[in-house]
Amino acid sequence: MSNDAALKEPFESLDRQRLSAALGMWIFLASEVLFFGGMFLGMTIYRQIHPDAIMEAARETNVLFGSINTALLLISSVTMVLADKAAEKGLKSAVLAFLAATAALGLCFLVLKGFEYREDIHEHLVPGPDFKLHTPAAQLFFGFYWIMTGVHAVHLTIAIVAVSTYFVRIWRGGFPFEGSAALPVLGLYWHLVDIIWIFLYPLLYLGGRT
Amino acid sequence: MTDAAAIRSAEAKEPPSYLKAGRTVASWLTTTDHKRIALLYFGSITFFFFIGGAAATLIRLELISPEGRFFTNDGYNRLFTLHGVIMVWFFLVPSIPTTFGNFLLPLMVGAKDVAFPRLNLMSWYLNMAGGLLVLACLILGGVDTGWTFYTPFSSMFSNGYVVLAAAAVFVAGFSTIATGVNFIVTVHVLRAPGMTWFRLPLFVWTQYATAAVIVLATPVLAISLLLLMAERLFGLPIFDPAHGGDPVLFQHLFWFYSHPAVYIMVLPAFGVISEIVTCFSRRRIFGYTAMIWAILGIAVIGFFVWGHHMFVAGMSPFAALVFSFLSFVVAVPSAIKVFNWTFTLYRGQIYFEAPMIYALGFIGLFTTGGLSGLFTASLPIDVHVTDSYFVVAHFHYIMVGGSVSAFFGALHFWWPKITGRLAPDRWARFSAILMYFGFNFTFFPQFVMGYLGMNRRYHHYAPEFQIYHVTSSAGAAILAAAYLLPMGYLTWSLFYGRKAGDNPWGATGLEWQTTSPPPRENFVEQPRVDEGPYLYHPDQVAPFEEAPERRQQHDPQGKSDPTRAGMEE
Ligand SMILES: [Cu+2]
Repeated sequence: MSNDAALKEPFESLDRQRLSAALGMWIFLASEVLFFGGMFLGMTIYRQIHPDAIMEAARETNVLFGSINTALLLISSVTMVLADKAAEKGLKSAVLAFLAATAALGLCFLVLKGFEYREDIHEHLVPGPDFKLHTPAAQLFFGFYWIMTGVHAVHLTIAIVAVSTYFVRIWRGGFPFEGSAALPVLGLYWHLVDIIWIFLYPLLYLGGRT
Repeated sequence: MTDAAAIRSAEAKEPPSYLKAGRTVASWLTTTDHKRIALLYFGSITFFFFIGGAAATLIRLELISPEGRFFTNDGYNRLFTLHGVIMVWFFLVPSIPTTFGNFLLPLMVGAKDVAFPRLNLMSWYLNMAGGLLVLACLILGGVDTGWTFYTPFSSMFSNGYVVLAAAAVFVAGFSTIATGVNFIVTVHVLRAPGMTWFRLPLFVWTQYATAAVIVLATPVLAISLLLLMAERLFGLPIFDPAHGGDPVLFQHLFWFYSHPAVYIMVLPAFGVISEIVTCFSRRRIFGYTAMIWAILGIAVIGFFVWGHHMFVAGMSPFAALVFSFLSFVVAVPSAIKVFNWTFTLYRGQIYFEAPMIYALGFIGLFTTGGLSGLFTASLPIDVHVTDSYFVVAHFHYIMVGGSVSAFFGALHFWWPKITGRLAPDRWARFSAILMYFGFNFTFFPQFVMGYLGMNRRYHHYAPEFQIYHVTSSAGAAILAAAYLLPMGYLTWSLFYGRKAGDNPWGATGLEWQTTSPPPRENFVEQPRVDEGPYLYHPDQVAPFEEAPERRQQHDPQGKSDPTRAGMEE
């Protein structure tokens, strides 16, 4: 397949186009880091103000779900990289297999997260009048828990949809995956979603258990 | 040569303008041409400017009498909130970048388009989605928190449509982030051969710095609004003091965005003024590199001064001292810019055409706004004037006196490039002068009454302030006329204005080397650059001093035009 098919306006060379796509994604990731940064900042401050209450609440999260999900996301990042490498070498069936594995691992994460949410609700870990713990500030921790994991899940869903879209486009043929910057750029986004979880995991699951 | 061949070669020389590249509504709504997207944005921000302006008119009407005649307390709260939200996020923040930035950035760096044309179109649709949300909020009854959405009032007590308004700003924020990403990559990757970083026009530098601020500050606004919405919708305690949460944390997050947002609004204006002042004084910009470092300095230091909005909200004396000091520091690069514009005028050959009058007005108003900013940066005065009309006057001098003047200056300066027609200069000069006086009439009294103790956001006030409020409202009427006038004569010029030609002002810059209006691809041939910007005269030589034959010529508008000469008699 010709690489020219991947070239789009306003670019005159594929290298510049790939460079632009990667640069654009890196800049967007910087933006995303500040987006999540606001939540990490809030959590850090509240941990300083109410260390005991936050620790007490942090012991209530389910570390088993959290650990399995961490493993799933780490593996999915590996398959994402492999898909990208396979695309560079033009191995279509390998690209498809690795993309499918990536999306499937992401989906498993979401399903497990759903089970975890169900258990959290069951255990009255949703802030409100019948919250499980009686220290008021313990609810702050779970306020952040729900928002942070929720926003992360939204990001992961977007990433899964994007991976699946490219899976379909490559599978149908006609998508110039060798020359296109789509997979490396998609990979960058996927890894960001993974890295954010790597920060969330100790913050939400391990912090209370030291 | 046969006739057909002659026609073909003529067509090859002059490709159709971007305006003629497609005439259906669909061709506009699905365009990826940065110039057309700029015009889509022109339409939407003009619309929001007049909605926000209508709210301002009602506010000034209400304040004529001290008893608050027309609105309930709640209605008045909703009115100024609407004015703030719409003017900040749906006019000022997108104003210059999405219109002139979109239109000019690729032209100025010599590119065919921005780096991601489809993302550019998507940003307009996101902006429209945000706009629809804010209109829905307005129609349903509005929101009463003030544009700052302070918790815990916004998250727990307000009975307005807070979530709708916050969602509108949230969505619009992503639209500006998309524009920011696009601009940064465009400047990095798509500069024409020979267009080095230190040959870029200052307008491009300001767009670049603005884009960086947008990309790094807007997500923090997004997350603070998201936390606010989560607290209001789902009762998650985030800023709730009853659960040990801290409402001041919201203020920190909010101002971490909203102070840099001032620079999102005013840096592009700096770029516009640099282009206009050099062109109409036929001088190179004074201190080009200093200007660039000032732009970057403002962008960076601007991130570390947010605390000056919270001196009375409770912070340690040490923190207050640091924020106060840094707020003084950030004024230095702004002052460098003002001095450099003035030095550019020095020994220049100044033409008082409409864009220049707007630009000179900008310098005066921005300086006043900036100096009053130093008052509010110093702790004792800030405590005295906090939440008073002094602060209202201060930021209106920067945002309206500064940014809006620059917007109108840019509109008149690049109007011939965008439309191919010249605006009638006498009308334009008249409305520029009218805007300057109308503005000062409106806002200078607010400095005085604010210092004397008139609180902002109140529509009942002590009768001794009435004289200031009446003056201010009278000025607002003049200002409104000055904003409406261009609507009339610019529309007129679309049909009857003189044809502009490629470069009516004799300006430097790649955008003036292509046709007016430019073709879809911007340039017939890829431009090449081998010299710096603003070469209005040979190096180190002032106009009128030496080598007059070597300086770039400029025809004052109308002088050589027989039809206009007739009109003046
Ligand atoms: Cu500020």
